[in-house]
Amino acid sequence: MTCLDHKHILQIDNLSVSFTQYERGLRQIDLKVIHNLNVSVHEGELVAVVGASGSGKSLLAHSILGILPPNCNASGNIIFDGELLDAARIRQLRGKEIVLVPQSVSYLDPLQKVGLQVRKGRNDKHIRRKQEELFSLYDLPEDTGGLYPFELSGGMTRRVLLSEAMMGNPRLIIADEPTPGLHLEAAQNAMSHFRQFADQGQGVLLITHDIDLALKVADRIAVFYAGTTVEEALVTDFQSIDTLRHPYTKALWRALPQNGFHPFPGNQPYVKDMPKGCPFGPRCHQFTPECEEDIPEHIIRCGTVRCIHAE
Amino acid sequence: MNTRLYSKFYKYVGQSFVKAILLLLAVSILSFTLVSLSPVDPIRSYVGEVGMANLNETNLAKLEAHFGLDTPPVERYWNWLTDFIQGDMGTSLIYRQPVADVISVKFMNSFLLMITAWTCSGIIGFILGTIAGLYRGRWIDKLIKGYSLLLASTPTFWLALIFLMVFSVELKIFPIGLSVPIGVAAAEVTVLDSLRHLILPALTLSAVGVANIALHTREKMIDVMEEDYVLFARARGESQLSIVKQHALRNIALPAMTLQFASLSEIFGGSILVEQVFSYPGLGQAAVSAGLDGDIPLLLGIAVISAALVFTGNLIANILYGVIDPRIRRGSVHG
Amino acid sequence: MDDTLVTSPLQISKRKRLNQRSKTIIYLVLGLTFLLLIAVAGTLLSHAAITTNFMQKNLLPSLQYPFGTDWLGRDMLARTLRGLSISIVIGLFASFISAMIAAILGTAAATLGKTVDEVITWLVDLVMGIPHLLLLILISFALGKGTFGVIVAVAISHWPALTRVIRAEILQLKETNYVKIAGKMGRGKLEIAVKHMVPHVFPQFLVGLILLFPHAILHEAALTFLGFGLPPEQPGIGIILSESMRYLSLGMWWLAVFPGLALLITVLLFDLAGGSLRKLIDPYSAQD
Ligand SMILES: Nc1ncnc2c1ncn2[C@@H]1O[C@H](COP(=O)(O)OP(=O)(O)OP(=O)(O)O)[C@@H](O)[C@H]1O
Ligand SMILES: [Mg+2]
Repeated sequence: MTCLDHKHILQIDNLSVSFTQYERGLRQIDLKVIHNLNVSVHEGELVAVVGASGSGKSLLAHSILGILPPNCNASGNIIFDGELLDAARIRQLRGKEIVLVPQSVSYLDPLQKVGLQVRKGRNDKHIRRKQEELFSLYDLPEDTGGLYPFELSGGMTRRVLLSEAMMGNPRLIIADEPTPGLHLEAAQNAMSHFRQFADQGQGVLLITHDIDLALKVADRIAVFYAGTTVEEALVTDFQSIDTLRHPYTKALWRALPQNGFHPFPGNQPYVKDMPKGCPFGPRCHQFTPECEEDIPEHIIRCGTVRCIHAE
Repeated sequence: MNTRLYSKFYKYVGQSFVKAILLLLAVSILSFTLVSLSPVDPIRSYVGEVGMANLNETNLAKLEAHFGLDTPPVERYWNWLTDFIQGDMGTSLIYRQPVADVISVKFMNSFLLMITAWTCSGIIGFILGTIAGLYRGRWIDKLIKGYSLLLASTPTFWLALIFLMVFSVELKIFPIGLSVPIGVAAAEVTVLDSLRHLILPALTLSAVGVANIALHTREKMIDVMEEDYVLFARARGESQLSIVKQHALRNIALPAMTLQFASLSEIFGGSILVEQVFSYPGLGQAAVSAGLDGDIPLLLGIAVISAALVFTGNLIANILYGVIDPRIRRGSVHG
Repeated sequence: MDDTLVTSPLQISKRKRLNQRSKTIIYLVLGLTFLLLIAVAGTLLSHAAITTNFMQKNLLPSLQYPFGTDWLGRDMLARTLRGLSISIVIGLFASFISAMIAAILGTAAATLGKTVDEVITWLVDLVMGIPHLLLLILISFALGKGTFGVIVAVAISHWPALTRVIRAEILQLKETNYVKIAGKMGRGKLEIAVKHMVPHVFPQFLVGLILLFPHAILHEAALTFLGFGLPPEQPGIGIILSESMRYLSLGMWWLAVFPGLALLITVLLFDLAGGSLRKLIDPYSAQD
C-alpha cells in the first residue's frame, strides 16, 4: 500500500461497520458508520489515527478486537502478520498478540481490585512481580494494585490501563486515546514507552485526536473523516502543506498553532445524512460534480489518499 | 486509616436503621388510622349479633372502656403503642388469646413457608435469569422468558387452586388443606406430616416468585454483559466462562440481592392467598380472618409485624450491600 | 485499492427484531378488542349469568356450554364473561385513579422543592413497606369491606411505583440542556412544562397506566377471592373462583380452570402490550 518495504503487521482493507437502528421506533435504517476503511501498520512502526470525534476511531479498534456491539454488521479484511483473520481467530489472538488500551476509564470492572484485573485474575508469583514492576514503571504507588477503580484518580486509571497492555508480549498495541487525564510528563512517558515498543520491531496503532502529539511520536498518520481514511501520510509529509494530499488534511494542517491557527469552520456530516461520493465534498473548496461518484484510493508519494483532485 | 473508613460504614448502617424504625412507626400510625376509620364495630364483632341485643347499658360501657372507644384517637394510639413496645399487642377477638401469642404461633408456620419459597425462588430465579440473559435471544432464553412472563401474569390463588386440583384431588399425592391433620394433637404431628403440608403452598409461592426474580436478573445480566468492562475483558482474551465468573456474577450479585430482599413483601402477599387456598394456618390466613371478622388488634399486630419483616429485609439488604460493595464499604458514596 | 474487492464478514448483527411497532400495535389492538368484547358480552349476558337451570347442573364443558355449568346449572361461560367484565371495569377505574395520583405526586416531588420531594419519597417508601395485599385488606376494612371498599382500596394503593418513575423522569429532564437553556431564555415555567416536559413524560405515564391495569385487576380479584367486597350477587372473577373452591374436591375442575384462565389472558395481554410499548419508547431497554 505504501512504498515502505517493511513487513506488514496489520493491514485492514475495506472495513465497513453499520448499525441497524430504528427511526422513532418505526423504520429500520442501516447506519453505515465506517465504510471502505483501509489502514496498515508495519513492523517497527507507530501509526497514529487522527480524526474528529465520532469519525469511527474507537469502532475501528473494536473491530480489530472483535468487540463491536451486537447490533452491528461488520465486514472487511483484517490481515495480521500475513494471516487473514476471522472472528474465531481474533478471539484467540486478542489479549495475547493484539492488546487494547481502551478509551475510557469505565473499561475497568468497578467491583474488582485493579491489580487483579491487570493480572487477568491470575495470582502467580512472577505475574504478580511483573505487574508490580509495571506499576512502578508508570509511577503508580505500591499499594495501587489493592485498590478499586473508584479509588483511583483519572490519571492513575490511565496508567493502570497502560500497564495492563504491557503485561504480556504483544505484537500489536492498539491504544485508544490513552493520554487524556495524564499530566504532560506522564503522557510523554507513555508515548516514549510506545515508541520503544515499536522500535523493538512491533507495531502500535495510536488513536488520538491530538495531531500535535501524533506528529511528535508517530511514523505515519492516518487521517479519518466521517468513517473512512481520507489519507495515510508519513509524518515528514506534515512539514509542508504541499506534501500533504487531501484537502481535509490540509485544512487540519492549517489549523495547527504553528501553521497559523486557521480554524476550519463546519462539522463532519452526521452518518444519517452522508453526502454521495466523497464525504468531505460539501466542505471542500475543490469540489466538482465528479466528487459525487465513488472515490477510489490512490497512492501518491508513498501515501494513500481518497481524493480525485489529489496530486 | 481503616478506622475512619469503618466509622463511615457504621454511620451508613446506623442511618439505614433509624430510617427503618421511623418508617415502621409511620406504618403503625397509618394502620392504626385505617382500622380506626372502619365502620366495623369492635363490640359487635366481639359479642356477636345476639350478644349485642342482650347487652345492657353498664356492660356496653364496660366494653367501650375496654376497647378504649371513649378515649380520643391520639391517646388511644399512644396507649396502643406503649403497650405494643412492652410486648402487649392486645387480645385477639376471634382467637380470644393475646395477639402476641397468636402471631408468634402463626408466624412460625408462615415463616417456614415463606423462607422455603423465598430461598427456592431466589436461587432458581437467579440461575434462570442469569442463563437467559447470557443466552439472550436463543431458545433457552425464550423458554425462560416465556415461562416468567406467563407466571408473572398468573393469579397466585388460581395457580394454587390448579395445584390443589392436580396434586391433591387427582393425584392424591398431597393432603387437601390444614397444615396439621385434623384430630391429631400437635405433639403427635411428625416432621414428615408438616412437610407434606408445606410442599404445595411452598411450590406455588416459589413458582410465582421465580418469574419476577428471573425477569429482573435477566435484564441486569443483559445490561452487565454490554458494559464496557465486559467488552474490555473480552478484548483481554478472557474466556466467556471467566467473564461470567469474574465480572458478570459479581456485578449482578448486588442488584440481585436487593431484589431478593425486596421480594419479601411480595412473598408475604402471595402467602396470604396461598394459605387461604391450602388452609395453611399462618399469618396470612389469620390476617384474612381478622379483616373479615373485624379483629382489630390482630389485624393491627399483623400489619406492623409484616411491615417490620419487610423493613428488616430492606435493612439487611442495605447492610449486605455495604459489606459487599467496596464503594460503600470503603466509604466513598452515600455519605 | 478497489472498492469491489471481496471482503469477509466479520460480524453479523445479532438483533433482527420483529418490527417493534407492529408488535406493540398487535398487542394493544388484541388487548383492547378483548376488553371491548368482554365488556359487551358481559353486559349482554348479565341475565344468562344468573339464570339457574336445575336440569343442567354440574355439566362438563361441552359445545353447548364451553365452560360447563355450575352446581346451580348456571352457564359458566356467561358467568366468567360477566365476572371478568365487572373486574375489568373496576380495574380500569382503579388504574386510572392510581395513575392520576402518581402523576400528581411524581410531578410535585420533582418540581416543588426538596422538602416536598423528601416527604413524597418517604410516603412512597412507607406505602411500599406494607405488603400490598395486606394494605388492600386494611383499606377495604377501613371502608367497611363492601364493593366501594374494594374499588377505593385498589385505586388508591397502586401509585407508588409509577410515582417513582415519573419523579425520576422529570428530574432527569430538568437536567437536560435544552430544558435548562429554555429556562435561561426566560421561557415561563408553564411553557417549558407544556412544550418540553409533557411530550417526554406522557409516554412514560401511558406505559405506567397500561401496566397498572393488569396489577389492579389481579389485586381486585385477589381481594374479592379472599372475601372482601363484591357481594355474591355481583360476582367478580375472584368470587367465582372462591366459590369454586368448595366444589374442587368433587372433581369439578372446570369451575376454576376457565375463569382463571380468562383472567390470566386478560392480564397477560396487557402486560405484553405495556412492556412492548415501553420498549418502543425506550429502545435500549433490555426487555425484549
Ligand atoms: N452502539 C452504537 N449504536 C449506534 N451508533 C453507534 C454506536 N457506537 C458508535 N456509534 C456511532 O459510530 C460513530 C463512530 O463512533 P466512535 O466511537 O468510533 O467515534 P470516535 O471516533 O472514537 O469518537 P471519539 O473521539 O469521541 O472517541 C459515531 O457517529 C457514533 O454515533
Ligand atoms: Mg473513541
